[in-house]
Parts: sequence; C-alpha cells; structure tokens
Amino acid sequence: MSTDTTLSAAAAQPAAKPRSRRMSTSTILLIVAGALVGLSLVHQLANAPDVTSSGAIQAALQAAVPLGLAGLGGLWAERAGVVNIGLEGQMILGTWFGAWGSLEFGPWIGLLIGILGGAVGGLVHAVATVTFGVDHIISGVAMTILAPGVVRYLSYITWGSAGATQSPQVVDQVPRLSVPGVNSLKGLEEHQWFLISDIAGVLRGLLHEVSLVTILAVLLIPLTAWVLWKTAFGLRVRSVGEDPQAAESLGLNVYRYKYYGVVISGAMAGLGGVYLSTVTSAIYREGQTGGRGYIGLAAMIFGNWRPGGLAVGASLFGYTDALQLRRGSESVHALLILVGALLLALAVWEFIRRNRVVAISSAVLGVLSYVLFFSVDKIPTALVQAAPYITVLVVLALAAQRLRPPAADGKPYRRGG
Amino acid sequence: MTTAAVGARRIDVGKLLPQLIAPVAALVIAAAISSIALLISDKDPLTAFQHMYEFGTQPDQKVEILNKASELYIAAVAVAFGFKMGLFNIGVEGQSKVAAFFAGALASASFMDWMPGGLRIVLIVVVAMIVGAAWASIAALLKTQRGVSEVISTLMLNAIGGLVVTWLLNDHWGVTEPGAQIKTTGILPEDSWMPGLPIVSGTEQKVLGFFAIAVVLGAAYWFVINRTRFGFDLRATGYNPFAAVASGVNAKRMVITAMLISGAVAGLVNLPRMLGESHTYTEGFGGIGFTGIAVALLGRNHPIGMALGAILWGFLASSQIILDLDGIPKEIILIMQGVTVLSVVIAYELAARIGRRAQQRRVGVATAAAAPAAAEVVEESK
Repeated sequence: MSTDTTLSAAAAQPAAKPRSRRMSTSTILLIVAGALVGLSLVHQLANAPDVTSSGAIQAALQAAVPLGLAGLGGLWAERAGVVNIGLEGQMILGTWFGAWGSLEFGPWIGLLIGILGGAVGGLVHAVATVTFGVDHIISGVAMTILAPGVVRYLSYITWGSAGATQSPQVVDQVPRLSVPGVNSLKGLEEHQWFLISDIAGVLRGLLHEVSLVTILAVLLIPLTAWVLWKTAFGLRVRSVGEDPQAAESLGLNVYRYKYYGVVISGAMAGLGGVYLSTVTSAIYREGQTGGRGYIGLAAMIFGNWRPGGLAVGASLFGYTDALQLRRGSESVHALLILVGALLLALAVWEFIRRNRVVAISSAVLGVLSYVLFFSVDKIPTALVQAAPYITVLVVLALAAQRLRPPAADGKPYRRGG
Repeated sequence: MTTAAVGARRIDVGKLLPQLIAPVAALVIAAAISSIALLISDKDPLTAFQHMYEFGTQPDQKVEILNKASELYIAAVAVAFGFKMGLFNIGVEGQSKVAAFFAGALASASFMDWMPGGLRIVLIVVVAMIVGAAWASIAALLKTQRGVSEVISTLMLNAIGGLVVTWLLNDHWGVTEPGAQIKTTGILPEDSWMPGLPIVSGTEQKVLGFFAIAVVLGAAYWFVINRTRFGFDLRATGYNPFAAVASGVNAKRMVITAMLISGAVAGLVNLPRMLGESHTYTEGFGGIGFTGIAVALLGRNHPIGMALGAILWGFLASSQIILDLDGIPKEIILIMQGVTVLSVVIAYELAARIGRRAQQRRVGVATAAAAPAAAEVVEESK
C-alpha cells in the first residue's frame, strides 16, 4: 500500500525526535522489583500488611481496570484527534446498560449491551464534534450532563421510583478463574516475611479468582497497541489525529476514521462502566463512576498517549483508589514513607538537572509527607478517598513535561479546509 | 467559540438571524426528544408541558425560579470568564464549595461575635471570593508552570475540595444544631441574614437578596468583557491565541488572571442560599457549579443570554415537582436539560456556519461586481 507508507513517513516524522528513550524490558523489570522492595519495606517499617496483601492487590487490579479502559477510550479518540472528555458520560451509560443487560439477558449479553451503550455515547460525541464541528470540550461536558439524566430516566421507568438511583442485585456474573495451586500461597503470605510474603500476596492477588472480563480488559491493551501501531487501519486512525489535511490529500475519508476512533473510544469507556457495575460490584448505583472517566484520561496523559504508559498510570491510580477499601487509613499513612522518599529523591535528581521549580516543589511535598507521617497515626477517611485525585495532580504536575499529544488533537477539522 | 460577536456594534442581520433562531430551534428539538421519551413511557407530553407551564407561572414558583436562577447565573458567569478566552474552568463546583465552607466557618466562629451583621455579610462575601480564587489558582499555576490541562486539574480539585470540606466539617469545625441530624458550620447570627426582596407580586415569599448582586455581577461582567483592556485581551486570546500573543498579550498572566477572577466569582455561587435561606453551610450544597457550565453554554457566554438560560433552567428545575404529582417521572427534566445543551451547542455551530456562508456569498457578489470595473481601469491605463 503505497499511500500508507507515505502516510506513515509523514505521521512518524514529528514523533521521531523525542522517542529515542523507550524503556527496555530490563528497566521495566527493575522498576517492578524496586516497587516491590519499597512496598515490603513499608509493610515492615509501619506494620501495614494491607500494602501488599492479596486482598489489596486484587482490589487494586479491579480498580485499575476501569481506569485503564477509560484511558484506552481516551487513547482511541485522541489518536484520531478528538478530545473525549465525555468518557465519564459514556462510562455512566455503560454502568446502567451493563447492569440492565445482565439482569435481563445474563452477564455476557449484558457486557455487550453495556459496550453498545458506551458506543452510542461515543457516536453522539462524534456527531457533535466531527460532523458539526462543536468544540470537543464543550460537547464532552454536554455529554456528561446528558448521560446521568438518560440513565436516571431509564432507571425510573424500568425499576420504578425505588430503583431510580440503584438497580436490583445482579446475581449472575461472568465467571472467575484461578491459576491452579495459587491459593496455596496463602500460607506464605500470612507469615509476614520480608519480601517473600509480599510477593506471595501480590501473586495471589493477581492470579486468584480473576474475572474473565478482567483478563479481556488487560488483553485490550496489547491489542490496542497492535491495532493502532501495526495495522493499516490503526495507521489511518493515527494519521487523522496527526495531520488530517495530509491524510485527506492521500485520499482518506478523515471523517470516517474520526468516527471509528470516537465510537471505539465510547465502547471502551462503556466496557469500563459495565465492569464497575457487574464485576467490581454486583449492582448499578447512581454516581458509581465517581470521576473515573476523568482519572482514566489523566492516566492516558501520564502515559504520553501510549497504551503501555496508560497501563502504568492506571495501575498507579487504581492502587491508590483501592486503598480506601481495606484499612486505608493505616495503609495510606504507611505509604507516606515511600511517597516522601520518592519525592525527595526526585527533588535531588531535578536539582542536579537544574530544574528548580520541580526540585523545590517536590522537596516541599516530600517534607510535608514526613511531617504528616510523624504527626498523625491515621489518615482521615475522607482524605484517603481523596488520595487517587491528589496522586493524579501531583504525578501530572511533576511529570507533565516532555509529553507529546497527537499533533492535531482537539483541533476542529473541516473537509477541504 | 467562533467569531459571532466580533462586530457587535455593526449589526449584521444575515449573521445575527441564524444566531437568534439557533437556540429556539434547539429548544424545539429538545422538547421533541423529551416528548418521544414521554410517549415511550405512555404519558401525554402536551399535558405535561401545559401543567409545567401553569405550575411554573404561579407567584410562589416565580420566586423559586428566580432564586435558582440567581445561583445558576453566578456559576455561569464564573465559567464564562474562562470560556471567553478558551479556558475551561470545570472546577466551579469545587471552588464554590470550598469557598462557602471557609466563609461560613469563619463568620460563625465564636471569636467573630463582636462583628455587626452588615459587616459580617461583607466579610463572608470577601472571604468566599478570596478562597474561591485561591482554590482556582492551584489549577492556574499547574497550567502555566507545569502545562497540566486545566480540564483535568479542575476536575480533580472538585473531588479533592469536596472531600476536604467533608473532612473538616465532620471531624473538626462542624457543629450539630439542637434537633438537627447533620453537621453544619453553625447558624449565623440573625443580624447577618440577608433580607429578601419583595419583587414578585401576589405572594408572601421573597426573592433571595443575592438576586440583586447577581444582576450587578452580570452588568460588571458585560463591562469587563466589552469595555476594558483586560476584556479585550481575554476575547482576543479566545479568538486567536497566536495573534494575541504576537500583539503583546502575556498568555501566562492572562491564564492566571482569568482563572482567579473565575474562581472568585465561583466563590459566590453558594452564598445566595447560605446568606438568605439556610444561614449556614451544610453538605447539601453542591451541583450548581456543574449546571452553571450548561447555562454558560446555553447563553453563549453573553450576559443576557446566560440570564435567559438561568431562568429557563430554574423553571425546569422547579416545575419538575408537578410532574411527579401527575405520575410522570420527574427525571424527564434531566433528559430535557441534557438534550437542550447538546442541541444548543450544535445549533450555534450550524448557525455560525450558515452566517459565515451567507457573508462569504455577499462578499463574493460584491467583489465580483467590483472586479470587471477594476479590470476596465487596468485596461484603460495600459
């Protein structure tokens, strides 16, 4: 395909410069090992077993999946050049349609209906932004205003006034799988040995009783990477997000590829919503998404508009989100040791690189973490709930440089313009 | 944000007409879609609309509509200050909560007992504006210093602000009044309750005193945007940031100033009820900041447009009660509001497009007529 090779050269050119520093597998493994050792130290120093207990890790995985799916949704839309702040709205549609579908037709059809619900939300956003050229942020905000209204009304007419804000219990769930033998790690985990018990906890949390939807969602990350970067279709989607005029001059129907991107984006967010209402919990509740669509978007920005990066972001934010479920006041308190150390290390590093603003602000935040650690024994529940949002802000503030969004991201496009 | 209001002083009917038809058409579409939703659930839409109208035009309801509209209008103005320059302050919700909480807690603290009532009202207003601006400044600094999108940061700050207020209210500064179930910041002394305005005839109910401040705020907004250098820079940055920077506008300072003003105005959002109705801060406050975005979109950041939008929203919100009595789920209002916002933004965009095309055609005709004449001149001079 000669068009595509030319296109690839055009699209890849601006990306080529800052992309020489990609992490190798060994670096990634080192970081994972470092994180494990750090968490084990926190576990021992502050006597906080729920930092790495299998329950906490399982909760973290379940919290990370919807964030990752929302992030993938953001990725698909923004790679096609459309900012989708309406992810939250599409997720809300997913929670309701997923729960309703599961109650009516069983879990698998429910999953499909939830995805469709999100996709329809994406379609509306695409109609507004691509066909009518409405500002992407404005359309997204309108979407997040519309979606709760639609589900509230549907909820009322399906489940009556008592069901206006929550559904009946979803009994039938997608089956969960365990790696055989992994449950025997339980004994090892309970010994509270340094590192060994922590590794046992993490493994058991990741491999025991994992929902098939979780596996599907995790697989969507490499799948997205493959489709977007290794297929002609993905190349076309990315090209309309980088330079729609160039794509148009090569004969692509830019509108159509933007539609694909945004509808897939809505479908991903919808799946994230179904996950919340049928896997993480077994009931649809109003406000269940709790801003996770936005956190997912933040995870994607943190991940520099790449699937691997957004997975790391989603895991980080998911972990902080899950802490509140299990003795969060102690765990967050204990984690301040690690957070403080990381911030101070970052301060030294940035100081050497003469990046004063970041160095000073991370030093101040690091010292504050230790002040907080030594002045109280428990973090108040409300602040534990705020932990993921604070993490997002701090992480974006300290890492937001050197990011490269798609070149035509958020810009209006008119054919022939 | 398109170039609709650039030539406001030279009225161009061809461009203005679609802009006026757009919201009306959008409302008709929204009504049609809501009717379909009602028909699906076996309700007669015409009776529903008729009952809403009858209920909403009763004097008592008019008061409630104006009260609701005042809050929404303030929130919309706060949002519009940012929107005008393409800055999306989605954080009005959080800024208004944090601001009202701190202002209320300070004003009803025991060491403030000596203060005369009038002065205390002024204190509440000033403190709320400062706190609102301070909370917004976090997002502004993150944007200018670290390049963090204000959309993400204000959304995160909404969540953080709400949780910080919950924590301080429930664990520290909150008090439970005798006979009450929930914690509040403490009832303000009676001399600092803002008196209501008896402007609706036929009812004993008074409109919240802050209504007057909302009107003044609207006028101030119009003046700042259209008659000051700052307003000019703001609009210039909104229309074309590159041209604005090239002509000497300091982009960073504009972001910070616009965000601070937006946050200060956002600080006022919960005050109408706090000063005139509840006389204290409770966790029941909230939701207006987000709805304010819808009103700003509806009114296209125009002071009068937003006022109409706020009144419409107030009407829809307060007349939903009657629907429940008719056995119609009042949730239909939420659909109506959502569809209205979406169809209004689409309609404005279409209208701008049609207006532009009409203008281009006229310019085209005019230049075509001028071209042969010009050609003749060239011929003659040869």
